[in-house]
Amino acid sequence: MSASVWPAVLGRFEWHALPFVRAWENPTLNELIGAGAAAIVVVGAIALIALITLLGKWRYLWREWLTSLDHKRIGIMYVVLAFVMLSRALVEAMLMRLQQATAINAPGVVDPEHFAQLFSTHGSIMIFFMAMPFLTGAFNYVMPLQIGARDVAFPLLNSISLWLTGGAAGLMMISLVVGTFSTGGWSGYPPYTELAFSPGVGPDYWIWAVTLGSIASTLSGLNFAVTIYKKRCPGMTLMRMPLFVWTTLCTSILMIFAMPPLTVATALLALDRYLGFHFFTNDLGGNMMNYANLFWLFGHPEVYVLILPAFGVYSEVVSTFSSKELYGYTSLVLATMAIAVLSFTVWVHHFFAMGQSANINAVFGIATMTIGVPTGVKIYDWIWTMFRGQVRFTVPMLYSLAFMMTFVLGGFTGIILAFPPLDYLVHNTLFLVAHFHNMLIPGLLYGMLAGYHYWFPKAFGFRLDEKWGRVSFGCWVIGFYLAFMPLYVLGAAGMARRTQEVFEPSFRPWLYVAGVGALILFGALASLFVQLWVSIRDREANRVTAGDPWDGRGLEWSTSAPPPDYNFALLPQVRGRDPFYDGKRDGDPYAPPPEYHPIELPRNSMTGPVLGIVGTALAFGLVWHMWWLAILGTVMIVATIIARSFARDVHRTIPVHEIERTEAHWLAAVAAARAIPRQLEMTPLNQGLAAVTR
Amino acid sequence: MSADEVKHPGINLGDTRDLSHRDAEHDLFGFWIFLMSDAIIFALLFATYGVMLVGTAGGPTPADTYKILPAFIETLVLLTSSFTFGMASIAMKHDAGKVRLMRWLAVTLVLGLIFLAMELKDFATMIGDGAYPARSGYLSSFFALVPLHGLHVAAGCLWVVVMMVQVAFFGLDERVKVNLLRLGLFWHFLDIVWIAIFSVVYLQGLIR
Repeated sequence: MSASVWPAVLGRFEWHALPFVRAWENPTLNELIGAGAAAIVVVGAIALIALITLLGKWRYLWREWLTSLDHKRIGIMYVVLAFVMLSRALVEAMLMRLQQATAINAPGVVDPEHFAQLFSTHGSIMIFFMAMPFLTGAFNYVMPLQIGARDVAFPLLNSISLWLTGGAAGLMMISLVVGTFSTGGWSGYPPYTELAFSPGVGPDYWIWAVTLGSIASTLSGLNFAVTIYKKRCPGMTLMRMPLFVWTTLCTSILMIFAMPPLTVATALLALDRYLGFHFFTNDLGGNMMNYANLFWLFGHPEVYVLILPAFGVYSEVVSTFSSKELYGYTSLVLATMAIAVLSFTVWVHHFFAMGQSANINAVFGIATMTIGVPTGVKIYDWIWTMFRGQVRFTVPMLYSLAFMMTFVLGGFTGIILAFPPLDYLVHNTLFLVAHFHNMLIPGLLYGMLAGYHYWFPKAFGFRLDEKWGRVSFGCWVIGFYLAFMPLYVLGAAGMARRTQEVFEPSFRPWLYVAGVGALILFGALASLFVQLWVSIRDREANRVTAGDPWDGRGLEWSTSAPPPDYNFALLPQVRGRDPFYDGKRDGDPYAPPPEYHPIELPRNSMTGPVLGIVGTALAFGLVWHMWWLAILGTVMIVATIIARSFARDVHRTIPVHEIERTEAHWLAAVAAARAIPRQLEMTPLNQGLAAVTR
Repeated sequence: MSADEVKHPGINLGDTRDLSHRDAEHDLFGFWIFLMSDAIIFALLFATYGVMLVGTAGGPTPADTYKILPAFIETLVLLTSSFTFGMASIAMKHDAGKVRLMRWLAVTLVLGLIFLAMELKDFATMIGDGAYPARSGYLSSFFALVPLHGLHVAAGCLWVVVMMVQVAFFGLDERVKVNLLRLGLFWHFLDIVWIAIFSVVYLQGLIR
C-alpha cells in the first residue's frame, strides 16, 4: 500500500503509541511500569476470554447478563464494573504514594509525564468509573424493590446507560495499551489541555470517556426519577418512601441538571481541539474562566451525587441494625432536599483563588458553610436512631460508625476551606487532597461498601463472610487515616498537590506514613476479594433463601433471596413507612395471595451492547483521528436506534404456573427456615427468617 | 387507575381513543425530563454566548455578521411548522385518518427542511464573509449555539421520516402514538429554543 493510505486508516496511530514498543526501545523503570500495566490489561482480557470460552459460558453470559434488561442484573453488572475500576485506580494511588515517598531529592520511579497521567486517570476513574457505577448499581438493584416496582420505568434505556458507562470505562483501559492518557488532571483544565500545550491523544481520551460517561449518567438520572415519580406501588406515598429512595431521587435530579454542564464543557473543549474553535484558548477571545464555571457547575453537584446515595445507605443500615424506626425521618428528607438545592449554589468555592472579587467569594463561602447545617442534622438523626436501640455491630454498621466520625472530621476541614482567606493559604496543596478524600472515602466508599455487605445476601442468597469483612473494614479505616492525615500536615506546610518530585527532606516521614497507609488500603481491597472468595466457597453454610437476614424494614426484604425476575408476585400494598417490619409484627407477611396473574416483563435486547460497542468505536476513532471509524460509528448509532424503534415484540409474559412454582419454592424455604433472634444473625443459623415478638 | 384518568402535560389521547397506551403517562413524563435536561445544555450555551460576545478579537461583530431578514423568514417557517405539527397531533387525537396525519407530517417535514436549507445558506454566507468559527471566541460561541439547534431540527426531520414510515408500516399502534406525542414535544421545544435564539442572538445583534 502507498504511504498515503495508512494515515487515512490508522489516523495518527504509530508504533510508539504502544507502551511495549517504547519499553523495548528504552527499557527504563518508567517505561517498564507503563508496559507492565498495559500487559496486565491485555493478559487480563485474554485470560477472561479464554476462561469464558473454556467454561462454555458465552451463551449464558450473553443471554442472562449482557443483553438483560432486568434492573437487578444491570445493577450487579454496574457494581462489578465499579470493583474492576476501583482495583486499577487504587493501584495507581499506591504508585503515586510510592513515587512521592521515593522522590525526595531523587527522581523516584516514574517520570513527570507518567506521574501526571497517574493522577489524571486515578481521579477520572475514581469519580466517573468507580463511584458513579457503584452508586448507579446500588440504585438499580435496590430502589425498584424498595418502592414495590417490577422494574425501572425504561429498562432498555437502563441497559444503554450501563453499556455507555462500560464503553467509557473500556476506553480508559484501552488508553493504557494504546497511546497515553491526559496529563491535565481529572478536571482537564484548559488552556493546558488545549492543542497548543497538549497536542497528543491524552486529552481526547479524557474528553470522550467523560462525555460517554456523562451522557450515560444523565439518562440514568432521568430513568430513576421517572421510576420513583411514576412506578411506586399502591400506598407508597412520597413521605413513606425509604430514605434510600429519597436520596436516589435527589441524586437523580442532580444528575439530570448537573451532568449537562459537564457534557457542554467537554464538548466545547472538543470543538477547540478538533475544529480550532476559541472557547478556552489564550488567544482570539477565548476565556478559560468559562470552562472553570461550566466544569464546577457540574463538579459541585457531582459531589452530592456521590455522597447522597451513601447517606441513604446509612439511613437504612443504622435503622435496621438498631431495630428502631429512623429518627427524624421528615428532617432527613428535608435535609436531603436542602443539600440537593444548595449544591447548585456553591461551585465558585472550587476556584476562590482565580480572581473574582472578595464579595463574590464571600457569598459562595457562606453558601458553602450553610451546607454543613443540613448535613449536621443528618448526623444527629443517625445518632438518635441508635440511641436506646438494639445496636448490632455488623460490618455495614461498622462502616456507618466509621463514616460518622471520619466524615465530621472532613467536614471541619471543609469549613476551613470554605473560608476564602484560609483557602488562599492552602489552595492547591495536599491539604485539599486530604480534605476531599476525607469526604469521599467515608462519604462514598464506606457507604457503598456498607450497602454491598447489607444487600449482598438479598442479591445472591447468602451472607458475606463476617471475619474477612471485619479485616477489610479495619484496613479501610486504618489505611485511610494513615494515608490522608499526613497529607493535611504536608498541605498546611505548603506541599503542592500533583508534585512529582519533592525537595523538602522534612516531608519524608509524613510521606512514608502516607505510603504505608496506601499499602494498608490495598490490603483492604485485597481482603474484600478474599472475602468474596471465601463467601462463595462457604455459600451453602450461609444461605438466607427466606430473604430477610437482618429483620429488614423495607419491601426489598419481603421477597426471596435472590428475588424472582418479576420481584413481586403481586404488587404490594403499603400502609406505613416500614411496611415489611410492621407487616411481620401485625400479621403474616408470607401468606400467599389468593390467586396469581400473568406478569409482563421486558424481553432481552442487544441494543445496549451494540450501542456501547459502536459508541466506544466512535470515541476511539475520534481520539486517533480515524475519521472512517468515527463516521461508521455515528451511522451505526443512528441506524441502531432507528432499527430498534421498529421492534414490536419487546415483552415476554411469565405464565401463572411458573409464578406459582417459584413462589411455592420460596414459601417452602420460608416454612423450613428457623426464625432466629437478632443475636444470631451473624452466624450460620441465619437462614433469612427473623424471629419477631408481637 | 384506568387509562382515562391518567393525564400528562400536552395532548392526551385517553379521552378520545379507547386504546390509549397505559404507559403513555410515564413515557411522556420521561420525555419532558429529557427536554429539561436538553434545555440546560441550551441555557449554558446561551450563557456562554453572552460571556463571549465581547471576545470578537478584532474580527466581525454581531452587527456586521447577522442578516435579519433571512433569520426572520426562518422564524416564520419554523413557527408555521410547529402549527402544522399541532395539526398532525390533532389529526391523530381525533382519528382523522392516516392520510390527513401523513399530510400534516409531510408539510412539517418540508418546512423543517426549508428552515435547514436557509440556515445552512446563512452559515455559508457568514463563513464566506470571514465570520467563521475559528476566527474568534464570539464566533465560536455562535457556531456552538445556533448549529446545535439546527442539528436538533435535522434530527427532528429524520424522526418525522421514521415516524411516517412507521405510520405506513404499523398504522397507529400504541408505540407509534406515544412516539408521535414525544416527537411533537420535541418539535415544539425546538421552536421555543429558536425564539430564544432569534431574540437573544439575532435581534440583540441589531443593536449597534
